[in-house]
Amino acid sequence: MIYNIPYLAVVALVLIGLYALLFKRNLIKMVIGVTLIESGVNLFLITLGYRENSIAPIYTGSPGGIMSLPVPQALTLTSIVIGVAVLALMLSLVIHIYRHYGTLDVRKIRRLKE
Amino acid sequence: MNVPDYFIPLVVALPLLGAFLTPLVSRLSGKARNAFVVIVLGVNGILIGLLASDILTNGIRTYVFGATDLSLPVVRILFEVDAMSVFMALIAAILSFVGVLYSLSFMKEYSGLDKFYTLVLLMTAGMLGMMLTGDLFNFFVFLEITSIASCALIAFWTHKGESVEAAFKYIIISAIGALFILFAIALLYGQYNALNMAVLANSIQYTFLDKIALVILIAALAMKAGLVPMHMWLPDSYGSAPAPVTLILIGTTQASLYGAFRVIFTVYGGVFSDTAFASNVIGAFLVILALATMLIGVIMALRQSNLKRMIAYVAVAEIGYMVLGIGVRLNAALYNEVTQTVVWHPYTTTALQGSILHIMNDALTIGLLFLVAGSIYYATKKISVDQLGGLARKMKYTTVFFVIGLLAAAGMPPLNGFVSKLLIYESTYQLNPIIAIVAILASIMILAVFVKVFHAIFLGPEQESLKTVKEVPKPMLIAMGVIVCIILFFGLFPEFVITNIVEPATTAILNHTQYIGAVLGGV
Amino acid sequence: MVSFEALLESLQTGSGFWHPLLWGIAIVIAFFIVYILRGLGNKTYKKQTEQTKSFLSGNPEYEKEQMHVKGSNVYWGFTEVLKGVYDLLKKMHNGNASDYVMWFVVVMGVLFILVVML
Repeated sequence: MIYNIPYLAVVALVLIGLYALLFKRNLIKMVIGVTLIESGVNLFLITLGYRENSIAPIYTGSPGGIMSLPVPQALTLTSIVIGVAVLALMLSLVIHIYRHYGTLDVRKIRRLKE
Repeated sequence: MNVPDYFIPLVVALPLLGAFLTPLVSRLSGKARNAFVVIVLGVNGILIGLLASDILTNGIRTYVFGATDLSLPVVRILFEVDAMSVFMALIAAILSFVGVLYSLSFMKEYSGLDKFYTLVLLMTAGMLGMMLTGDLFNFFVFLEITSIASCALIAFWTHKGESVEAAFKYIIISAIGALFILFAIALLYGQYNALNMAVLANSIQYTFLDKIALVILIAALAMKAGLVPMHMWLPDSYGSAPAPVTLILIGTTQASLYGAFRVIFTVYGGVFSDTAFASNVIGAFLVILALATMLIGVIMALRQSNLKRMIAYVAVAEIGYMVLGIGVRLNAALYNEVTQTVVWHPYTTTALQGSILHIMNDALTIGLLFLVAGSIYYATKKISVDQLGGLARKMKYTTVFFVIGLLAAAGMPPLNGFVSKLLIYESTYQLNPIIAIVAILASIMILAVFVKVFHAIFLGPEQESLKTVKEVPKPMLIAMGVIVCIILFFGLFPEFVITNIVEPATTAILNHTQYIGAVLGGV
Repeated sequence: MVSFEALLESLQTGSGFWHPLLWGIAIVIAFFIVYILRGLGNKTYKKQTEQTKSFLSGNPEYEKEQMHVKGSNVYWGFTEVLKGVYDLLKKMHNGNASDYVMWFVVVMGVLFILVVML
């Protein structure tokens, strides 16, 4: 049962992130919601590679024994880097929006509606 | 002819290298940078053409990164190119080359052009990587590269509020979609310990977690492609970006649709060949959404007064035709008790051929219409339909190009739109007549939308404020002329195009055992 | 490189065929028939009199610039009749960024119920 706690944390992070995206009005809170979803998916990737009583997957001078999988760790590093780029882009766009619209309320930033 | 193996990654690596060299080259002069970008994309187009002529005659090829040949178990990233991949790569080559030709004179008076051309080359590299890869996580990485570069290009005119707002909505939607795709990839990796599409296709069983992964992948890829009701980012971003950027954006949304083709027909191909019930249910849902897309796209397009938003809503409606082929193919699956497999009628293959040809036709037609809209904005600095009138006296070539684009989008013979729409009408009619009726109705209303625009902008008396407009400069006319030549060629010689380009693509996408065999070598 | 006959084959759909050259021949024949029918018309009329003015149901004719129908008003009848549909669609497309994500979650939920539960 204790090994299922990271998966419950993943579901909680994704649901809280979706709640922040859907029901919060501030643009910065929506950006934080996207970051929470990204953290949840990264945690899911890392947790998939864990084996019981395993050591870090470093090959040289290892004391022997089961190693946890290194491939999900590589995938997670790639995903963290992509997440940083997307976060920087979103925040710079929020700065530009504040200069043009004067507000950060997502219900008022609607010049492009039908 | 046999091309060497390294052409396959060279097609993606060449724009990437060009993207990193462009800021250095632009230190010399603006003309050197323009020539450099055109040469890079021209050479890339020639490489894609040679690769296409090889794949269409010889079959599937793979390229393994970091080793000379493939050995089991498959742990390396590999690019696997079959006829459907080169079909999409041809579209990407044409769209990127024409877009850069057009932007040589469209973007001439704006500053920050070295960043513009860098981002265009990055977007092209990401788009080609999405279409050629054989590995699911690699697909996710190229998807993110493409969406970050596109978002920065949509927000290029930062002095306008609408562009920045559209770019923000685009990046939120892209980030959410890509993160959910990564979640589904992690689910599949956790079950089968494989990221390669061929290995996954070989070992997939339809467990509960696989069903969740399929649901997430279809929903997220359909959102990136612009299916109703998740389509609302598409008019915002297509309508606020500069015209050559919109042209290349069409290629990226179709690359996401190609991802949906790959996931449904190759990765989950074995599942849909064994059980007919799942295939029927998903097919029915996609057909209903495709019909809603067609209708909502044209109904919203009739109300718009902004020219580019109107063309973007017609682009949403055209996406419905492409998804209709997938839905009809999946829905018309029957379980044969005798041979214990699923059989399909031959009309579903025709429907899929029509949809795949429609991908290229739609890219060319809607691209031409966006370029004409960009020309009108360049000449008159106005984008609203209410303020324009009587432009046919001064801009003769633009008028002719607009008429050809109008007739091609509405599906008039002898242009290329008629060929793909005829295939779709005559095959979906046999599943349910209502589908063909709604498709024909959507075509007629697209004609109505563009006839309204043509009458309001080009015909009529000359306006006072528009007396000083001139014809657009030569590079823009040459770019539009290239697309018109391809449209006329596709319309006048349909059988040549279908037997040589579309039929190999359709047989390749439906043949998942051949895709698996190219990697696992008959194991 | 490519034989001329291969370029001129006809496209076979499952239930018919389409050949653009035959369509071109049919269009040319149709133009000839229209031209002959137009030539059978009445050629005698008096210029610069009442016969060449346009008829607008008795309304006076203004300057050309004032008579040009603007772009958004061309389909007024169509949009008036479908006002109910347009009100529903305008409520759906309200431009709110959170609603874009809501539709994605709704579609994923419906597809989940269809695929997993059924």
